[in-house]
Amino acid sequence: MLKKRSYFKKSTLPYLLILPQLLITTAFFYWPALQGLVASFQLSDPFGLRTQFVWFDNYIALFRDPLYLKSFLTTLVFSGSVAAVSICFGLFLATMANRALRMTAVTRTLLIWPYAIAPAISGVLFLFLMHPSYGVVAIAFKRWFGLDWNPLLESSDAMLLIVLASSWKNISYNFVFFLAGLQAVPRSLIEAAAMDGAGPLRRFWTITFPLLSPTMFFVTVMTIIFSFFESFGIIHTVTQGGPGGSTNILVYKVYQDGFIGLNLGSSSAQSIVLMVLIVLITVLQFKYVERKVQYTG
Amino acid sequence: MFKNRFFWMTVAAALICSIAAPALAEPIEINWWHAMRGPRGETVQKIVDSFNSSQTEYKVIATYKGEYDEVVNAGVAAVRAGKQPHLLQAFEVGTQTMMLSGAIYPVYKLMADSGYKIDWSQYLQPVLSYYMNADGNLMSMPFNSSTPVMYYNLDMFKKAGLQPLSKDKPVTWDEMGDITAKLVKSGATGGLVTGWQSWTQVENYSAIHDLPFASKANGYEGLDTALLINNDKVVNHIARLKSWMADNRFYYGGQKYQGPQAEFIAQNAGLYIDSISAIAKIQKSVKDFQWDIAPLPVEAWMPNPQNSIIGGASLWVFTGLPKQDYKGVAAFLNHLAGTESQVLWHKETGYFPITLGAYEQLKKDGYYKESPYQEVGIKQLTRRNPTKNSRGLRLGYFIQIRNIINEELELVWNDSKTPKQAMDSAVERSNVKLREFEKTYK
Repeated sequence: MLKKRSYFKKSTLPYLLILPQLLITTAFFYWPALQGLVASFQLSDPFGLRTQFVWFDNYIALFRDPLYLKSFLTTLVFSGSVAAVSICFGLFLATMANRALRMTAVTRTLLIWPYAIAPAISGVLFLFLMHPSYGVVAIAFKRWFGLDWNPLLESSDAMLLIVLASSWKNISYNFVFFLAGLQAVPRSLIEAAAMDGAGPLRRFWTITFPLLSPTMFFVTVMTIIFSFFESFGIIHTVTQGGPGGSTNILVYKVYQDGFIGLNLGSSSAQSIVLMVLIVLITVLQFKYVERKVQYTG
Repeated sequence: MFKNRFFWMTVAAALICSIAAPALAEPIEINWWHAMRGPRGETVQKIVDSFNSSQTEYKVIATYKGEYDEVVNAGVAAVRAGKQPHLLQAFEVGTQTMMLSGAIYPVYKLMADSGYKIDWSQYLQPVLSYYMNADGNLMSMPFNSSTPVMYYNLDMFKKAGLQPLSKDKPVTWDEMGDITAKLVKSGATGGLVTGWQSWTQVENYSAIHDLPFASKANGYEGLDTALLINNDKVVNHIARLKSWMADNRFYYGGQKYQGPQAEFIAQNAGLYIDSISAIAKIQKSVKDFQWDIAPLPVEAWMPNPQNSIIGGASLWVFTGLPKQDYKGVAAFLNHLAGTESQVLWHKETGYFPITLGAYEQLKKDGYYKESPYQEVGIKQLTRRNPTKNSRGLRLGYFIQIRNIINEELELVWNDSKTPKQAMDSAVERSNVKLREFEKTYK
């Protein structure tokens, strides 16, 4: 009988082949994560000369801190908003770009551009547009419409600003995936539906949208992870967690306490909590949301 | 090609050089990590170059390691890895952490051990006192120090029918109420803005009015210190600023300096409180109006206001490096504190000179006649000898505490809390941090 699969006689070779990847993951992920886990049970000065083991003290202190719990809520509101805004707009733009007749390549390229911009830069750009003292758009709106806009003092304005800055960047990312997803939808199905008399909206909801669900699922997971972690640069440049701590999302608090404040125990405990949270959210998404996803095959 | 005579000569020369080099005694390298970039970094390099060319034994290598917090983190990582530099520039809020690190060689001791007899009384005391321990010994070398002053728009003052302010005698906060009211009445968008609100309106306000910021002599005398900024005087000051917000006599431009500075440059605010180190930036940016500098306002009940306190950074010496290196470090610090370096530093960066000698020299050169702005800060800083309340702040987790104060102030400005509630909560939250810090160093 003909053997269909090739295989390695010695079992060491496959391990050797994945070794580089394993080494990198161990050195840059597992090892630091382990160190973080150890540090989260310790009270230590920054220079590491005095270290005591304090069991769960750092965690207990965290969950007793009303501001930490508030930061949880802030993070959920922020990531929820970023996910909603960037997915809706990403999908909308992708649908439009998919129908574009002229200059398709140019339009698409231009729409993808913002993704190449680092979060910190995106933050600075929005600051130059929306800062009440030197933001061009903010000053113009104030002058023409008398808009009372002040993200330096108004929590909701500040939240809106960082949601905008984060979504703007993420829309492009989502756009790419949605566009790819849309192009994989067989034209024949849509044409058949059109012949049966379904209008564009109906065609979208009953054919395109279900076929897009794997993409939608992937994009949702990625956007939430993005808004949990990578939005750091935006917060750092735009609000620094202010005003009054109202945009202090979990990952920014880790940075403030750990990197700036040199409180290593507490910030390690915070990163462990953050890690558990993101694992939990991803597992939940896979468990409950993925069931509704239809993979065409 | 190998037969080329030139080639062989080069090889021979290279060989001779490599053998001969150790005999010429390589200078000992002294590493200095700092946070000064741009024009300030260039001045740092000038001072380093002048030291390196003045002798052959040592060679200082100054490296820009990023912003203040990044430099401290680089230092922490380096100490943990056993690869520390000789000198590290650390910002003033990190003083307590550095002092307790157990990894530093106190500067007073280094200078004494290396045979320098320094008369510390010839230094600017409010600058030194920030970096002294409770016994009055200098732990780190003051490097870049500034203090807040008040910038004001002369054109807007004229339009409002106001006289220019005195450069020596501070206006009172009551007078500030009238001045800002007149400014607003004359059509200005707003009266006063302030940069770095915790530093200028709470820390310096407390020092100038001789109010304790924290117990245990502002933390100098023990880790079991607690904040005291919820006293009536500070609360009243915050309440007054808040009441001025109703008619824009005071308004909020952000925690740092960018927002408030932009308001001043755009002539939206007639008065602007910020560090003297903003002079260069304002000189560069302001083209369409006249401006001047005055000392920070004081309360009418404070006839003899105290010195203001500094912000900035100092140089820390790390332990654990070869013994012979430290002589070089001491020689460099001595060079740095020399009149020539200090005069250059002050003229080019606007940061204070640290010795009285340099200050006298600058006066003698007529520097303050040319640029009278510069002297307002130094006079305000040295107008009185520092007391226990005005020599500085020595708090653990001070960066977080500043953040807390900033947050609570914002909650006052946006009507979420009353000034009393906010200051109480700032004290309570900060004390949790202070206890945590105390526990770490027990």
